[in-house]
Amino acid sequence: MYPADFRYTKEHEWIKVDGDTGTIGITDYAQHELGDVVFVELPKVGTKLKAGQSLGTVESVKAVSEIYCPVAGEVTEVNAMLANAPEKLNQDPHGSAWLVKLKLANKSEVQSLMDAAAYQSYVAEKDKETSA
Amino acid sequence: MTTPATAELRKTALHSTHRRLGAKMVNFGGWDMPVEYSGILAEHQAVRTKAGLFDVSHMGEIEVRGPGALDLVQFVTCNDAAKLVIGQAQYSGLMTPAGTFVDDLLVHKISDTHYFLCVNAGNQDKDYEHILAHNRFGAETENAGARYSQLAIQGPAARGLLQRLTRVPLDPIRYYYFAFGAVSDVDCLIARTGYTGEDGFEIYFPPEHSEKMWNDLIDAGQSVGLIPCGLGARNTLRLEAGMCLYGHEIDDTTTPWESGLGWICKPEKCEFLGRGPLLAQKQKGVQRKLIGFEMLDRLIARDGYSVSSGGREVGRVTSGGPAPFLKKNIGMAYVPANLTAVGTKIEIIVRGQSVAARIVELPFYKRPK
Repeated sequence: MYPADFRYTKEHEWIKVDGDTGTIGITDYAQHELGDVVFVELPKVGTKLKAGQSLGTVESVKAVSEIYCPVAGEVTEVNAMLANAPEKLNQDPHGSAWLVKLKLANKSEVQSLMDAAAYQSYVAEKDKETSA
Repeated sequence: MTTPATAELRKTALHSTHRRLGAKMVNFGGWDMPVEYSGILAEHQAVRTKAGLFDVSHMGEIEVRGPGALDLVQFVTCNDAAKLVIGQAQYSGLMTPAGTFVDDLLVHKISDTHYFLCVNAGNQDKDYEHILAHNRFGAETENAGARYSQLAIQGPAARGLLQRLTRVPLDPIRYYYFAFGAVSDVDCLIARTGYTGEDGFEIYFPPEHSEKMWNDLIDAGQSVGLIPCGLGARNTLRLEAGMCLYGHEIDDTTTPWESGLGWICKPEKCEFLGRGPLLAQKQKGVQRKLIGFEMLDRLIARDGYSVSSGGREVGRVTSGGPAPFLKKNIGMAYVPANLTAVGTKIEIIVRGQSVAARIVELPFYKRPK
């Protein structure tokens, strides 16, 4: 379910590192919690973001959800497809519906994030809370 | 979110059915309720084009009986219940002495001495206490929520599928009328009412039959595309239909004149709670009014967002979001009386950004006759 080569945040973002570039998205758990996504707002290319800073907004029919940047960096690319097809975030959150690509300020920051196994048990715990 | 532990929430008789169907559950007015099953967009669309089944057993029921029943109902509500014939239902407001809303409700006239009220889930106990406190007419009152389950069958295919489960002829039951009869062998109050802007029915029956009733309705509706729907779609449907929701468009600070519900306010009927202030406000005119707007940009207005005009804050969005059938982003808001004309441009403040919107006629959606 959760790709082993991604790292994850408690706010349900993922990041995949490839050289100096990090690709960022939201997790399957996040898209499921949100429900039908109808609008995605992303930053401009060139925006410099700190870790934990808001990088955009994902809106479902019923809720607005702020997306936080997992690590520091500069936006090099945004996923233009999502402007006209926000529902892709429900269908392929770990793949074609990535949000932004960042030029990482400090690659080692990624190490502090959860790996797939840790994230898997983190969301399993969350599910237990809501079905208690 | 400050959600009380799930275990403390109230549950309808269909709670385990919703869980089994994999519904996403939320706390709504102290009840653990399904917000969506297959997704709000699909459920919304099903109700507009086919049919949807909603468990709305969290809604409260209050029964008023005896020779003083009509006098009590008349005294606490703003619409004219004396106009009702047996078997007719009426949308009304439960009023404070200031002429603001304690709640909005449906009043069903079962007989000259028996009225059946359907009220909002989160307000049931408050409403009952309020009615009790003003019962100087010797009416018998019962806080009867626990004795009823309520299911809403809504959409253009609702009548046909419900008819397969009952011998009561449904076609002669006009909009806002009701009948008694067996559905799936269970005695029900069958009302042609709803909160979606579509044709449909709301049925009330003893909770012990809930699971059988639910399953029989799902089976009867399979061939016409009926799907289970949650409170998420219920909210987008009522917003698109321009209907008020307690705690959003109406509450104990708003009056029927301000909220566009003047048609349920009849100060000429007799003395009732809030009549004086309501007459005075009618004479003076309201300072603010509820309007509908659509966004002229792709951004979405949400509950609580600020409304401005010419750079000055003039009001707040009471409900806002996407209108899935109209494929627009819409909302309702209170604005000063001089800004309410259809076509007026206003701005909605979305995450610090001023976004253009236009006042439009309510309701946003009207079903084809």
